[in-house]
Amino acid sequence: MSASPMRNPEPDGRGAAVIGKSVMIKGQIISREDLTIDGEVEGTVELQEHRLTIGPHGKVRADIKAREIIVLGNVYGNVDVADKIEIRKDAKLVGDIKTARIVIEDGAYFKGTTDIIRPEPKPAAAAPKPAAVQTAPVTAAAAVTGNATSVEAKR
Amino acid sequence: MVGRDTFRPAMPGPSQPAQISRNSNGLDQFFSSIRDRSGLSILDLAGASQSNITFITQLGHKLYSDDILRTLSTSFGTDDEFLLRQGEPERAEYFLKQSLDYLDDAFDGALVWDTLQFLAPPLLQLTVDRLYRVLRPGAYLLSFFCADEKAKVIPVNSYRIQDSKTLQLAPRGETRPAQFFNNRAIERLFQNFESVKFFLTRENQREVIARR
Repeated sequence: MSASPMRNPEPDGRGAAVIGKSVMIKGQIISREDLTIDGEVEGTVELQEHRLTIGPHGKVRADIKAREIIVLGNVYGNVDVADKIEIRKDAKLVGDIKTARIVIEDGAYFKGTTDIIRPEPKPAAAAPKPAAVQTAPVTAAAAVTGNATSVEAKR
Repeated sequence: MVGRDTFRPAMPGPSQPAQISRNSNGLDQFFSSIRDRSGLSILDLAGASQSNITFITQLGHKLYSDDILRTLSTSFGTDDEFLLRQGEPERAEYFLKQSLDYLDDAFDGALVWDTLQFLAPPLLQLTVDRLYRVLRPGAYLLSFFCADEKAKVIPVNSYRIQDSKTLQLAPRGETRPAQFFNNRAIERLFQNFESVKFFLTRENQREVIARR
């Protein structure tokens, strides 16, 4: 057993971007990586292919689009999830949910409509892949825009 | 006093009743009315639960979940004045706006469970009238009332749908009922509805199916 000086990674972090609990953002968030919000966000949040975690301190007043959402804090807004939403114990979600799957723990508060979207059946044969295409390296991992500021986070 | 989170909780230990499953003729009747249909909008007023969401959405319906008892406690408090405050028009209006602010004819069915028995008479009738408005003609409403006339306190349960005829009751605590409901009182309560049907359970509950 080694005593590593490194901190343990967050259980759900997987290197995701984090909006900390002392951060407040008004505007539009578009992320191309997993994102954890433990602060306050007002506006819209979009992570088409990624997972959004609303931490226990998170307060989100926004319509949200994501592949997967885990709610431990508070959300006021409509939620459009391609895959799965989990509303954990003590979490609060007020808004309508469109999702393929939903998990709601006892003790969670949810007020709104649940609309289960059945995934469209995949075509029997996959289309052939196109020839390799040279692409420029993607640098914009997450973009946050608001009325007064426009920030683009680059790695 | 009232509210899912503020009811006097069931004490843990050997005396605490375990979750029980029971047959429900009312539930059976409710789902018979929407069998072979899909894409309906169903209102569930006893708080969101995994089993109810899963069961109803697997039938192809859209489920609207809310916890009306939680709204009761935020609207009227949780102390002994709880029932008295239900008579205050401003608070009653706030409660109705928070809990039943839907378009007319918005739902094809309503699962009200045992929530109506915690409403004092003026607010109770306003609530049932509002439910009448938000239901489409022909829609069914399922509600439960304690049939024990002498009960000083009654259990508060979460109702989880196991299948179309079976409910699981998860005890959440107990509270004082606002009033006792016999068959005649229930008929009067739903007098605007087209029909009212009763089922008496072995657990001394009246299950009521009202057709809009």
